[in-house]
Amino acid sequence: MLEFAKEARIWRMAEEDETTVRHAYKESPSWSWPATTSMQRKFSFGAICGFALLLRMMLSLQPYSGAGVAPKYGDYEAQRHWMEITVHTPVKEWYVNTTNNDLRYWGLDYPPLTAYQSWIHGRIIHALEPAAVALNTSRGHEDARSKFLMRWTVLSSDILVFFPAALAFVSLYYKLAIFEEQAWALSMILLQPALILIDHGHFQFNCISLGLAAGAAAAVVSRHELVACVLYSLSLNHKQMSAYYAPAFFAHLLGRCIQRRSPVFGVVKLGIMVLTTFTICWWPFLSSRHSALQVLNRLAPFERGLYEDYVANFWCGTSMLIKWKQLFSVPVLARLALGATITAALPSMVQQIRAPSARGFLLAMLNSSFAFYFFSFQVHEKSVLLPLLPATLLALEEPGLLQWLVPYAVVSMLPLLRRDDLVLPYFALLALFFLLLKCPRHFEYKIAEDKLIKIFRAPILRNCSLAGAAILHLLYFYVQPPPRYSFLFEAFITSYCFAHFLVLFIYANCKQWYVPGDGQWVSSSKKIN
Amino acid sequence: MGAADLQYLLWLVGIATCVKVLLVPAYHSTDFEVHRHWLAITHSLPLKEWYSDESSQWTLDYPPFFAFFERFLAIFASWFDPQIVDLVNGQNYAVRSVVLFQRGTVMAADLVLYWGLWEIGSGLSRMRRRILYLVVIFSPGLLIVDHIHFQYNGFLFGILFLSLAAMRDGNDLLGGIYFAALVCFKHLFAIAGPIYFVYILRHYCKGPQKIARFCIMASAVISIVALAFGPFLYHGQMPQLMKRLFPFGRGLCHAYWAPNVWALYSTGDKSATVVMRKLFGVYIDRPKAGLTGGLVGDFTPYAVFPQITPIVSAILVIGSMMPCLVQAWRKPVPNAFIRWVVYTFTCGFMFGWHVHEKASLHMVIPFSVLAVERLEDARAFLFLSVVSTYSLFPLLFESKEYPIKVTLLLLYALVIWLNFSQLFGTSTKDSGDLKAKAASNTELNVQETVKPLIGPVEGAYLGGIMVIEIYGQCFHPLFFGGSFPFVPLMLTSVYCALGMTYYWLDQLHMVLSS
Repeated sequence: MLEFAKEARIWRMAEEDETTVRHAYKESPSWSWPATTSMQRKFSFGAICGFALLLRMMLSLQPYSGAGVAPKYGDYEAQRHWMEITVHTPVKEWYVNTTNNDLRYWGLDYPPLTAYQSWIHGRIIHALEPAAVALNTSRGHEDARSKFLMRWTVLSSDILVFFPAALAFVSLYYKLAIFEEQAWALSMILLQPALILIDHGHFQFNCISLGLAAGAAAAVVSRHELVACVLYSLSLNHKQMSAYYAPAFFAHLLGRCIQRRSPVFGVVKLGIMVLTTFTICWWPFLSSRHSALQVLNRLAPFERGLYEDYVANFWCGTSMLIKWKQLFSVPVLARLALGATITAALPSMVQQIRAPSARGFLLAMLNSSFAFYFFSFQVHEKSVLLPLLPATLLALEEPGLLQWLVPYAVVSMLPLLRRDDLVLPYFALLALFFLLLKCPRHFEYKIAEDKLIKIFRAPILRNCSLAGAAILHLLYFYVQPPPRYSFLFEAFITSYCFAHFLVLFIYANCKQWYVPGDGQWVSSSKKIN
Repeated sequence: MGAADLQYLLWLVGIATCVKVLLVPAYHSTDFEVHRHWLAITHSLPLKEWYSDESSQWTLDYPPFFAFFERFLAIFASWFDPQIVDLVNGQNYAVRSVVLFQRGTVMAADLVLYWGLWEIGSGLSRMRRRILYLVVIFSPGLLIVDHIHFQYNGFLFGILFLSLAAMRDGNDLLGGIYFAALVCFKHLFAIAGPIYFVYILRHYCKGPQKIARFCIMASAVISIVALAFGPFLYHGQMPQLMKRLFPFGRGLCHAYWAPNVWALYSTGDKSATVVMRKLFGVYIDRPKAGLTGGLVGDFTPYAVFPQITPIVSAILVIGSMMPCLVQAWRKPVPNAFIRWVVYTFTCGFMFGWHVHEKASLHMVIPFSVLAVERLEDARAFLFLSVVSTYSLFPLLFESKEYPIKVTLLLLYALVIWLNFSQLFGTSTKDSGDLKAKAASNTELNVQETVKPLIGPVEGAYLGGIMVIEIYGQCFHPLFFGGSFPFVPLMLTSVYCALGMTYYWLDQLHMVLSS
């Protein structure tokens, strides 16, 4: 199967070389991305990474969530507080309510890897600026120097985890693409605005969990399944939100095992890798059943309700029509959410178990994370980053999807970003993304030429959608909502984005079934052409 | 020059503008308050009091066109937030609205820069033109000085480009008018006056109607100057205006030594003082605050070396310009004009009185037009732009911008290296990357012949920058703690001065040999 895929790709590349690429070069021999030697290519990747880094650094100048808003501040304070707790209290007490660790004030509610990461960063900050992470006295500590240090903890995590993962993915999955395509794919992954805004503006460490997930995806598409298990388990141990990808990983790896001569042995091997990784991550908390359960309990905040603030998902998007929160009690809602999530993720799982393929896997990642984003319990607006990652990984294969998903994902976070005073960078990065889509390039999206993508290409559809978004922006910024519905425009934005996401979700599901297995889709797309 | 080029230019402009918007909350210097105060002066006071107002220490000291420009901006400022243009209550007003407004005006003013680029690019081949856009729009010097530190240089360079484009195309009259206007915006550009004068005299005012042509040119230039200074002359403000424009009370060197010959001269003087004392026991009557003087206060007399007066400085500037003036007199060809202008700016920078480090932009930005045309110039440009940007580093002294300025410099150097090496087909390494060569035979023929973009001497020097920077950032605080804070600054200045001198000599050689 794999040989098939490779051959198909090579064949496609050869064809592309002869038609579009060479033709394009002939047409405009004057300017192209300046890289003909292998060294220039390496440096070009370096330049893309450098630009991505520069953008992140400039974002670090901006305000962060909860800046100067006593007494609870925001996510910045939460991360700082975790550093304070992990540096100054013994491991056993990290997830436990003690005199030094008041769980009501930003108690640690992410899995152990986040705690270890906070500990490492906390040690560094403790060495450089002890007051910023001093026990109890440092609550709400904000000054220029500690902001700089905190920003650098995120920047360095991005450089150490997300950038290498993105490079690895591009070099493995787009191995056979021409240089310009690879460069474009890399820039789409690294310059995706939502992740930059949330991590380096709002302040979070999604770059670590998403970087690990991207690394796992790179391992899956290059058939290093054991590595994939380890990386994915690490990702899951950094943020439980990575469970959004679980159906895809589970289904794809199971499907691969079934194709083998001894499926059971394959499954056991993978299971051992997962268990080992988990055991190592959870080691300090495995001394007793009680302490392990205590940590688990912190990770599942059922008391926090169906969704938080304004999320462009099913529950919030339809709340204008159906008052879910008033109609049902929390346990019923939780069961409803679980059922709906599984139902929505099921088609893509079945497809991957039946016919696992690299491209199908990435689509399954997208579909299952969308299913979780839409229907699961306690979803944040930031969770849209999860479906965004596979969409950017598929940048070359599904450009239409990317062009539609990224802007609306960013728009769906507008209420959050406005609260954080990040409106200016919001517009700047959004504009930058549209400009990058217009980047002068010498390749065509060949694969995208099928019936489905034609819908996306219809200019009238795009213009209407953009006009709607523009009107919403104007309303949101310049019109005072009626006092009875003070969050009317937030709800509009949410529903508008949800409608777009839903279409994209259906499209991506169709796409996944439409592409049966490795190697066959080239011929099918050929027929259409 | 088709729609595709315009689209490409606008694309780059869009990306650059996004970057500039992200820089809005970055550090801004006192120049920010200077320009805000000028908005207030021009908005609140009648024209005749503009140059005599002393309600703040930031008095108006740019020529009238710039004052008119501020007056124009003040119209929008008063709509945007009336407190910006309040002469008294607006002082040190730096809330979000002012920052947004002033940063926005710099970005909008850059439109003139893009227009100038479009005009100057029209004379180049498509590929060179596109690289020129990239090189100028993303110039880290301009980003640092205009969009972080805060000044309005971008649009002035736009006018300079318009002038140079007109001169290159043989339209001397228009070029002269643009240049006169430019000088009425910022008189620092007047340093190129001599070459403009000589060139126009020999190239434009020739032939049978030379007297008539001279009169046309003179009346055009005079009417521009009259437009600028006339209203002030009418109100009897000229002496006051001149006092503001040419404050001779200032010293030879600026607070932070600009990397020119005077930085080397001052260092030589300081070392000589020490050597005299240590070796010969001659204690020279050192003026107060001798070593720190150049950095903290203004002008300190030299202890050992002869004193430098404004006249000496002026003679040296004119003297160093002579080669190109003589050439322009002998053979006034439009092709060489841009090089001569860049060279005169270089002379002004190297020997000028009270030069700011920011003035190095005056030679870097116009030089980029030459850099995309010839390999030798591309090499010099790569070297010069790194040295010049590095010499601007002390402008941004806060730690939050530190990673940004370093990344800007490295990224820019990398991108122009990529573009130039593609444009001129040079190899990256002189010794040769055998593996890479073996991998692709097609590259072989290009790699062998041409000189590399960064030669061994330049490479060693640029490596030295890294050493200086690491010393200043890590080892100096480690060894000396907080004491002698001026030493890293002085090292930067002197080291960059060496690089600038190297560049100047290189350019002198170029001018002489062309």
